[in-house]
Amino acid sequence: MPHIALPEGLPGIRGPMAFRPETAKPINELVDVLLRGPHTLSPGERELIATFVSAQNDCRYCQTIHGAIAAHHLKDEDLIVKVKGDPQHAAISEKLKALLVIAGKTAASGLSVTADDVARARAQGATDIEIHDTVLIAAVFCMCNRYVDGLATWAPDDPDFYRQRAALVAHNGYAASTLQGNRT
Amino acid sequence: MISDPVAHISLPEGLPGITSGFAFRPETAKPMRELAEVLLRGANTLTSAEREMIATLVSDRNDCHFCQASHRAAAAHHLGGTYEVVDAVKRDFQSAPVSPKLKALMAIAVKVQESGRQVHTSDIERARAAGASDTEIHDAVLIAAAFCMFNRYVDGLATLTPRDEGLYDQMGQRMARDGYARRDTDATHRTP
Repeated sequence: MPHIALPEGLPGIRGPMAFRPETAKPINELVDVLLRGPHTLSPGERELIATFVSAQNDCRYCQTIHGAIAAHHLKDEDLIVKVKGDPQHAAISEKLKALLVIAGKTAASGLSVTADDVARARAQGATDIEIHDTVLIAAVFCMCNRYVDGLATWAPDDPDFYRQRAALVAHNGYAASTLQGNRT
Repeated sequence: MISDPVAHISLPEGLPGITSGFAFRPETAKPMRELAEVLLRGANTLTSAEREMIATLVSDRNDCHFCQASHRAAAAHHLGGTYEVVDAVKRDFQSAPVSPKLKALMAIAVKVQESGRQVHTSDIERARAAGASDTEIHDAVLIAAAFCMFNRYVDGLATLTPRDEGLYDQMGQRMARDGYARRDTDATHRTP
């Protein structure tokens, strides 16, 4: 049961977002810019970074829903499992492997990202914006994961729930699926 | 530890901490500023000083010097310019001169800093027994979570960390007075 009285029937972050729309709005906008905005990294690649960080933070809802969205974009569910478990041997670009190293370190602590990590990403062709956004995606999911688990939100067990929701989010975006209201 | 490494990417020069990231990428700066504004300064039954102290405590636990020093100063300026209370919170919030309710919310915040999964029903019950509402518990969790984001953003890019404590005092005064709305230093557009 969630730690506070959240609107019923909304899994994961959607419960607290419906509870507090004033904070949901900027969080959704931030996630939309980072994961769905115009970019040189594909939405599937950015969702993989979000999934990898959420798995590292052991957040079941976030890693499952973002893994499903990544799989929807990339049309490959097995790849998601591989990236979560052993990204350096997964069938992804060398650039994305280097960015995942930065993301994983950011999740542990921003202070653990080294100049060498950044140099490796740059040697694989990563731009400053790609490095910036990788750090920020990782940081944002360190927030979202803690938000979801810190309130003990509900996470459905049925994988089909996540697949269906993933198709919807991939099509409509994050902000478009938030309930309106006011609770200040 | 305070150090001055060169930033990991080409950030606008001379801007300290998160302001350089904001100046670099205005598309993400806008919602991040808005989130800080709602959480720390929006209408709330917790005072801005109380919320800034939660932010300071979490940033200190994350060892983010820029965030803890600037929000420490913001908390102090919300309290008339005195650092006594916020410094007591940093040292040991359980013995600091703050309300039992705020102590219970801080106990939740420092658990969120480690992992959301650390928060137990007993932590929530304690906060509720001290008079905390659901919205206050929600906001304590989200302030802690948001600073786990801000701190990682600031340090993950190795942004400039000023050593001059006087600068933070001025910064905190401005944050307490003007809030977190957009600054002129934010670029207008940088879509990849």
